[in-house]
Amino acid sequence: MKAVNIITPSIDGQGLMMGKPGYTNDFSDKNSLIIKVLRSPHPYAKIVSINDSEALKLKGVECILSYKDFDRRPFTRAGQGYPEPSPHDKFVFDEYVRYVGDEVLCVAAIDEVTAEKALALIKVEYQILESVLDFESAMNHQSIIHPEPEIHEMFPIGFEPKKNIAASYQMHIGNVEKSLAQCDVVIKESFYTQAQAHAMMEPHAVNSRFDYQNRLVLYSSTQTPFHVRRIISQALNFPLSRIRVIKPRVGGGFGGKQAIHGEIICSAVTIKTGKPAKLVYTRKEVFESSYSRHPMRIDMTLGADLEGHLKAIDCYVLSDTGAYGEHALTVFMVTGSKVLPLYNKVDSVRFHGHVVYTNHTPAGAFRGYGAIQGNFALESAVDMLCEKLKMSPIAFRQINMIKETETSPIFAIMGEGTEGTAMNMETCKLEFCLNRGLELINWQKTYPRIQIDDHTVRSVGMAIAMQGSGIPYIDMGAATIKLNDDGFYNLLVGATEIGQGSDTILTQIAAEELMTTVDKVIVYSSDTDLTPFDVGAYASSTTFVSGNAVLKAAKTMKSKLVEEAANYFNCDIILVEFNGEVFTQIKTKDSITLKALSNRLYYNHDQKQLMVTESYVGHKSPPPFMAGFAEIDLDTETGEVKVNKYVSVVDCGVTINPKLAKGQVEGAIVQGMGMALYEDVKVSSQGKLISNDFMSYRIPSRNETPELITEFAISHEPSGPFGAKSVGEIGIDTPPAAITNAIFNACGVRIKTLPATPEKILMELRRKNHEN
Amino acid sequence: MLVNLFLNGEAKTLQVEPGDFLLDTLQKNNVVSVRRGCESTSCGVCTVLLEGKPVPSCSLLTVRLEGKSITTVEGIQKEAEKLAHYFGLEGADQCGFCNPSMALTVYAMKKELKDPTIETIKSYLVGNLCRCTGYQAQHIAILHYLEDQS
Repeated sequence: MKAVNIITPSIDGQGLMMGKPGYTNDFSDKNSLIIKVLRSPHPYAKIVSINDSEALKLKGVECILSYKDFDRRPFTRAGQGYPEPSPHDKFVFDEYVRYVGDEVLCVAAIDEVTAEKALALIKVEYQILESVLDFESAMNHQSIIHPEPEIHEMFPIGFEPKKNIAASYQMHIGNVEKSLAQCDVVIKESFYTQAQAHAMMEPHAVNSRFDYQNRLVLYSSTQTPFHVRRIISQALNFPLSRIRVIKPRVGGGFGGKQAIHGEIICSAVTIKTGKPAKLVYTRKEVFESSYSRHPMRIDMTLGADLEGHLKAIDCYVLSDTGAYGEHALTVFMVTGSKVLPLYNKVDSVRFHGHVVYTNHTPAGAFRGYGAIQGNFALESAVDMLCEKLKMSPIAFRQINMIKETETSPIFAIMGEGTEGTAMNMETCKLEFCLNRGLELINWQKTYPRIQIDDHTVRSVGMAIAMQGSGIPYIDMGAATIKLNDDGFYNLLVGATEIGQGSDTILTQIAAEELMTTVDKVIVYSSDTDLTPFDVGAYASSTTFVSGNAVLKAAKTMKSKLVEEAANYFNCDIILVEFNGEVFTQIKTKDSITLKALSNRLYYNHDQKQLMVTESYVGHKSPPPFMAGFAEIDLDTETGEVKVNKYVSVVDCGVTINPKLAKGQVEGAIVQGMGMALYEDVKVSSQGKLISNDFMSYRIPSRNETPELITEFAISHEPSGPFGAKSVGEIGIDTPPAAITNAIFNACGVRIKTLPATPEKILMELRRKNHEN
Repeated sequence: MLVNLFLNGEAKTLQVEPGDFLLDTLQKNNVVSVRRGCESTSCGVCTVLLEGKPVPSCSLLTVRLEGKSITTVEGIQKEAEKLAHYFGLEGADQCGFCNPSMALTVYAMKKELKDPTIETIKSYLVGNLCRCTGYQAQHIAILHYLEDQS
């Protein structure tokens, strides 16, 4: 292969490093009104009155918008396909505020200082309502977070707002109770995972204006420009045909920019005033008023026989969606659907649970999307079961884990909010990943522990994981390829580059099929007026779904080119050979270059524009797999854990761009490490976010990053473009379980509530020593 | 009020309000490469060089910069291009939002430290957060950049 699976620098890295304009705020109109949002100081309250008369008198204040200015049209900001599996439970503004940081109203003014001054002059009187801050007592709580009559589900998702339930689900295969009763060894444990903040470097940003055709044009830092267009139209009752959403370069998303943030408010200001406007979140707003990962309690019951055959899995999940139900059902379902099939030889499985409303900052999509939570619970529980069985956790996994050509009935039953899709694992190199990882981490030598000095223990721990490659029969990606004179191409894709390198890898796929070089394929992505549709960057779909669309388009373009060459040679197409640069008539040996043919098609004979569009919808979602291994040093005096080394061996099929794929894995590993060890969205007892800047919410810095050893299994997924599966999320799943398993191997302390802070470890260690 | 300073070697007279921070001043003067990541000098995205030393511009009052020399990535284009080349080879540039500030900090480090190791690179750059890469690829790229004497 010439363009795929070889080292290719990203096509845009140089310009961005050199500071060229690229991000949403770089394209804001210089005369933009500055929008500031007044946010709720209370976790739950009803707005009794708003007095904005003083603020309106302030010179430079253009408008103040609150719930009084909008029709009540419930929608969801989730940024999913239509109809959404998330409840329509949000209004542009509402007379209720449901978390500290919720939107009360917005001010648009000529500059930031004026907007801030206006905010300070507005008097809002609240009737404080009883808030629900403990998600374990939210269900059937006397205080109902969504009493409003207009809200609804789009199809059955178990939505029961009167009980504070945003979604619920249950499924079973076989009879779990019966299987467990027959097991020799059973463990039942509860695990808690915390809210994690995305903390992408670019804060949420949007700007809007009317163009000279009187259409509303937005630049938005979004992962889902086409969904943004649809949801703005729906929420503001503004014609879809008059909205254009342009997604420029996005400074990181990780799921946090799948949902709608300021887009509706910004559009509303431009529609009301006719003027350009912009809204850029402060870092505090990013923490307090966007989204975080769904915190969960996962009750996991596992049963096995004495030979170490896993027989039954029973998993109950209680998930906290916060004040609004964005991604409530689907994140929770992924906790089962992309975790439990790892152990496919069981007699029975049950997965059930509830997603509850609370008065917390809402939860939403975040890389891993439920799988990281489920993986922590399952892969911790497996090690605990092995401890009880006196069995090596490696041997146990080798016996019980899913293997190539096998399947799990879960695939057919559980989809994302709907039924799933049955599939066999055409590629699953977990055995290789596991064995190679054991070598790279030097498991034999270190497991379970080595005493380094009188207070330092070195140990290893591991976990296996799977994810998916898009949502079958739902996620659609499309690509257009256009031939230019001089023989180069435009590639127009709806797929959303957010820093993960999708523009680069989609260019590589097109170049490979068209037998040319990446510089001859000019990519332009995610502009609702100019590019074909794509659902956007989520669910690990881009390489697989959008990549397949690009491959199809390139194939069609190639056959069109050959047809045109056959016209030129006046022969049948089977007599034409094309090598990417030159067409040859194999009998007469006549030839014409692509450059000459494309110039001819533009200017001389049979003039036409060659342009093709193809779409792709997956009929399966081939999971990437990985085995992750942590080597840690644990200080038994301080409880401190230092991760020395993290080994990742990944089966994501063929890597279209090996270095960018590695970057996806390593970046995700470090985010997962943060979740395992210290990242924690902290809320006060009054419901106020404590961790609202980079001082109080620590993300991993350079000094905490361990040695990262990342390898890819040789794997070729037949359904993927050039053998590829997706790789965006899989890396984040293993660190919580691998690191807490290592902690147990080091000192016998089992951390079941993330993050595994030194305080928790030390406390457990003391308790354990006291008991002995 | 007016402040006279040197921006990328060019003498400039800028109209500012007393409380303006350099980040705002630069953005008002159409320097978009210096971007905001936070308001608390903790992410490194808004880094500029003040008299050759990396500092966060979000907390630097412009009025205090009379006569000072400020460098943004526009002032070190060749070096940024070279560093980008090595980032590209390692796949170390993901979202790129913090990359101009990274280029400035690496450039200052190159002038200040002799033969830095991975550990000294980590310490020097610790204020430049990155949520995308996991850092390691960046450090390898930076080492290669430093080895390149061209």
